[in-house]
Amino acid sequence: MRYLDEAFRVKIGLAEMLKGGVIMDVTDAKQAEIAEKAGACAVMALERVPADIRKEGGVARMSAISTIREIMKTVSIPVMAKVRIGHFAEAQVLEALEVDYIDESEVLTPADEEFHINKRAFKVPFVCGCRNLGEALRRIAEGAAMIRTKGEAGSGNIVEAVRHMRTIIREMKQLTVLGEEELVAESKKIGAPLELVEYVHKHGKLPVPNFSAGGIATPADAALARFLGAEAVFVGSGIFKSSDPEVRAKAIVKANTNYTDPKAVLEASEELGEAMPGLDVSKLPESELMQTRGW
Amino acid sequence: MKVGVLALQGDFEAHAAALRRARPRVEIVEVRQSHHLEGLAGLIIPGGESTTMLKLMEYYGLFESLRAFGARKPVFGTCAGAILLATEVLNPAQASLGLVDLTVERNAYGRQLDSRVVRLSTHELGGDAELEAVLIRAPIIRRVGAGGRVLVRYQNDPVLVEIGGHLVATFHPELSPDPRVHERFLSRLEP
Repeated sequence: MRYLDEAFRVKIGLAEMLKGGVIMDVTDAKQAEIAEKAGACAVMALERVPADIRKEGGVARMSAISTIREIMKTVSIPVMAKVRIGHFAEAQVLEALEVDYIDESEVLTPADEEFHINKRAFKVPFVCGCRNLGEALRRIAEGAAMIRTKGEAGSGNIVEAVRHMRTIIREMKQLTVLGEEELVAESKKIGAPLELVEYVHKHGKLPVPNFSAGGIATPADAALARFLGAEAVFVGSGIFKSSDPEVRAKAIVKANTNYTDPKAVLEASEELGEAMPGLDVSKLPESELMQTRGW
Repeated sequence: MKVGVLALQGDFEAHAAALRRARPRVEIVEVRQSHHLEGLAGLIIPGGESTTMLKLMEYYGLFESLRAFGARKPVFGTCAGAILLATEVLNPAQASLGLVDLTVERNAYGRQLDSRVVRLSTHELGGDAELEAVLIRAPIIRRVGAGGRVLVRYQNDPVLVEIGGHLVATFHPELSPDPRVHERFLSRLEP
């Protein structure tokens, strides 16, 4: 398949190394250090955590370069950073800075309401969010080497992450039982390239790792995401908006590894303080949802 | 024969798939807690983040049990696995199981932009076919201790080394279809 050339395998390679891990949102070097010490497998640099972007409003952009550089100097684990949807110039800046992964993210204010970045034009790998299989395959067609379900960032509410992971897993299962003659129509229906539809039909999974994000706030939330099919988890506001970031970061890392062992998740959940405050996503107006950004 | 793959974090599923490619009937055990080590003929420590795996070894009391296991049975480490097996780690210095007499420098080629796929010549794995090596934020082996045998080199640095009954790779044979490196490890195990 033309998507899986050598350059693309190198990009997927790093995503493979992050499997089974926790990727934590951080806004400065001090938080990055806490994340690394707790056992994060990577950190995601951003200007403000999603809960604050939601609260404060305004335009959310790529982080200050000095902050990202400081984070890269401070930790030895991979450093990711977010760019606005469609903002390929921000992405070029991050590639020049040599970050390890770029998240073309709905959490920031979109720069282009029609087109995503042509991620194949970059040597640095990209991760993108999705809510369903069609969206995931469109992003992979553009060159994303890792997919994360979107959930609803900054909500502290796992319900959307669950919906999106269940949706994509169900849609992949359904594709495997379709007849060959149904694939072209399916490709048209979900708005994804036939070649990638055929890949999922044959393998029952995406050609790139599939992680979960958006609303994970507790060790049990991480376990739930893994049970539903996430190969790793992103935790944003859930850690640094809680009353006990260091303890909570460790607890989520610990539970995430032994998520199938309820005793381990119990042990990880002991001694935790207050989780971040949560939002009822069903009461949020459509205009305040982040998950609907991306096309 | 039961072979373990340390499944704390990283590409442990890719190793399980590579083991099945090399020997379809091998029984694979994902090791997340000490009791999972019982009855294993050997263990693979996969690629991933070595700092994360160290933390998880600490959280789950696995550090000493892995050391004890490696003193009796063969262990195969790739990338982060190589870092965790070495006696000495640089850039930065960090704790390790110290099961093989090697000095390993982390992220020695640079960041992800310096990750790459290369083809290397070797006569040590049966046949003369080139070996594909996927290097992801890879370490470099700076010193090989006494008795170590270098099987493959890249840019003159050892990338596959047999030492003290163990096998160490700085690349990811689990991400390539070629089963020879996993076959090599399996051939050394006693049921």
